[in-house]
Amino acid sequence: METTKDSKVHGGNAEFHSATSAESALSWKLVDGVIELALHRGPCNELGSASLEELEKFATALQLMQDEAHSLIIYSELKPGFCAGADLRELYRRSETMDKAEAVKGVRDFLERIHRVLNLIDAAPLTTIAAVHGVTFGGGFELALACDLIIADKMARFCFPELRLGLIPGFGGIPRLKRDLGNGVVRDLLLTGRSINATKAQQIGLVSQVVGEGEALRAARATAAQLKKFDHTTAVAAKKFIKHIPHEELRREIDIFCELFARPAVQVGLRKFVESTDAQPYLP
Amino acid sequence: MPTAEQTLDEILTLAAVHFKVPREKLSPDADFFKTLGIDSLQTLDLLTKLENHFHVELPDYELQGVSDFRTLAGKIQARL
Repeated sequence: METTKDSKVHGGNAEFHSATSAESALSWKLVDGVIELALHRGPCNELGSASLEELEKFATALQLMQDEAHSLIIYSELKPGFCAGADLRELYRRSETMDKAEAVKGVRDFLERIHRVLNLIDAAPLTTIAAVHGVTFGGGFELALACDLIIADKMARFCFPELRLGLIPGFGGIPRLKRDLGNGVVRDLLLTGRSINATKAQQIGLVSQVVGEGEALRAARATAAQLKKFDHTTAVAAKKFIKHIPHEELRREIDIFCELFARPAVQVGLRKFVESTDAQPYLP
Repeated sequence: MPTAEQTLDEILTLAAVHFKVPREKLSPDADFFKTLGIDSLQTLDLLTKLENHFHVELPDYELQGVSDFRTLAGKIQARL
């Protein structure tokens, strides 16, 4: 059933698959005040143009559902992890087939669109929870950072590997990480490109709960059930008071990303990644 | 603190259990990418398993180019 205003009127529960084919990147449902957004595009929920279109549909639906909901949980149904980040193969193909100015324009358009979606999730008037496991890299990490809480399976790993491509994270990761944690943590993750596990992520204040393997979604649902007991207006006011959206830095991030993307070094980095058979392709 | 040999032995056992490979098929100097048949995502899994088991941090770049269990054990031993 599609999520429409009618579906809200008839009981407040809804389910929606953004595409009918097996290729759909995500689906969502609203049950008893909890919206669950499931990511399921193989191999590991890479975010390309098709996924972005579906995320935009979800963002529209979120605005319709949010009056009926108190929580949003985002999780992956795929074994390798939450999300491996931007679809670098698609980005490489695009940059190969377009002239540079056209490619930069396309990248800017993509970034502005995904920023709109993530800003909307970031500021949504409900409590948002990323339930993560496995690979939570790059754009996947940035999607998790747009949420209010991160609940991590102990096998989750977080990483900003973008510098290996000659880029910075482009989906709002640095401004949001800087907002939430100390600048030293941001520099460590950004400038070394190393990945950290869930325990370390909890130690630095990034992750609120670390749970056993395969338990992140269950723990997120338990948390959402607790949130339902609070007065919704108060919860929304508390979130609005404590969580600002760093709009200026987010805009600046897009500018810096596009300036860097125009350089030949990025094309070299993308090619190296796409052609790599290395066990750690996210390292330079 | 465990000895280097104990650390090596624990790594071999952990890898055998996690990747469902008979322990006797894993030798200290074998290329674990080939022996375990693991890809880049599974390599991250192994890294996380090792960090959780030994309660250490292993920066990815320190393990770049490491492909045998003995060298891996040495890297972990240096952080215990």
